Amino acid sequence: MMHQEEDVLQTALSWKEAGRDVAIATVTSTWGSSPRPAGSQLVVDGSGAMVGSVSGGCIEGAVVREALEAIADGKPRLLDFGVTNEQAWEVGLACGGKLQVYVERLE
Amino acid sequence: MKASDLSRLVTARTERRPIALVTDLGSHEQALFEAGNEAQSLSLSPAQRDAVAEALAANRSGEIEIEGRRLLVQARVPDPRLIVVGAVHITQALAPMAALAGYEVIVVDPRRAFATAERFPGVTLRHDWPDEALDAVRLDARSAVVTLTHDPKIDDPALDRALRSPVFYIGALGSKKTHAARLQRLAEAGFDQAALARIHGPAGLAIGAKSPAEIAISVLAQLTSARHGQPTR
Repeated sequence: MMHQEEDVLQTALSWKEAGRDVAIATVTSTWGSSPRPAGSQLVVDGSGAMVGSVSGGCIEGAVVREALEAIADGKPRLLDFGVTNEQAWEVGLACGGKLQVYVERLE
Repeated sequence: MKASDLSRLVTARTERRPIALVTDLGSHEQALFEAGNEAQSLSLSPAQRDAVAEALAANRSGEIEIEGRRLLVQARVPDPRLIVVGAVHITQALAPMAALAGYEVIVVDPRRAFATAERFPGVTLRHDWPDEALDAVRLDARSAVVTLTHDPKIDDPALDRALRSPVFYIGALGSKKTHAARLQRLAEAGFDQAALARIHGPAGLAIGAKSPAEIAISVLAQLTSARHGQPTR
């Protein structure tokens, strides 16, 4: 039945198989009122196209930028977003939540 | 992430196997963790191994900090599944309710006039006999079976397969009298008391349910209680 959430990893695999560069972002930890739980994923391709969600919209733009850099340099990175981070205001996560996101290139 | 690991993560979901991808956030090394293959290349300590196994069993993704090591666990556990035998009126209420509660729903009824796409929009329908249908869907510990036809020709083969499987819930609709006769037939077929005790019959919590939707609620409530191992009170 139609309940099942779209499997973003399935999309990541089909993009890779179609020859596209792919990066995967995964929420590793959340504190406070983060909109999406740990384990939530966003899949990004080399053109910036994305499926999935790590925050319901607040930080996706910043994550996509980091994903494109990870695609370019191949280095995985662990990103902090939240009130302790200056970037928080920049990316609009002003709801008091904090989260950490792991971004890696699909090899 | 290696494309080969990603491919195995995707395959595991289709095959309904629990699996996790474990990432050491210090070294960025990764390995898959599943039954028989517990991320050996990461050389997890026993405590780290147990922590990952526990997270996977609870379908809990996220970072675990243990013995000075930061591990990211991405758990992928198959959705719970409800197989309803009998495309009857109650099923028309139960199927969408169970889907809302997160179940993958499969309705089995060899009577094609009952199991139609018009009556069950968006639901996976099977028209084979319940024993064949249940063999084909491979019942596992995250599956539940409910029989709703009251017809022994259809319900009994389904109960037979359910009792031979590790499903977490078996429910059979029917009056106390119908249920007693059913237990008698299954006992004659060779099932012992312990096996028969797995069947919730008549299915559903005693909440005075009358309409099909109310009966669906009572069955879904009992199913929820079984899924979480929480006794009802």
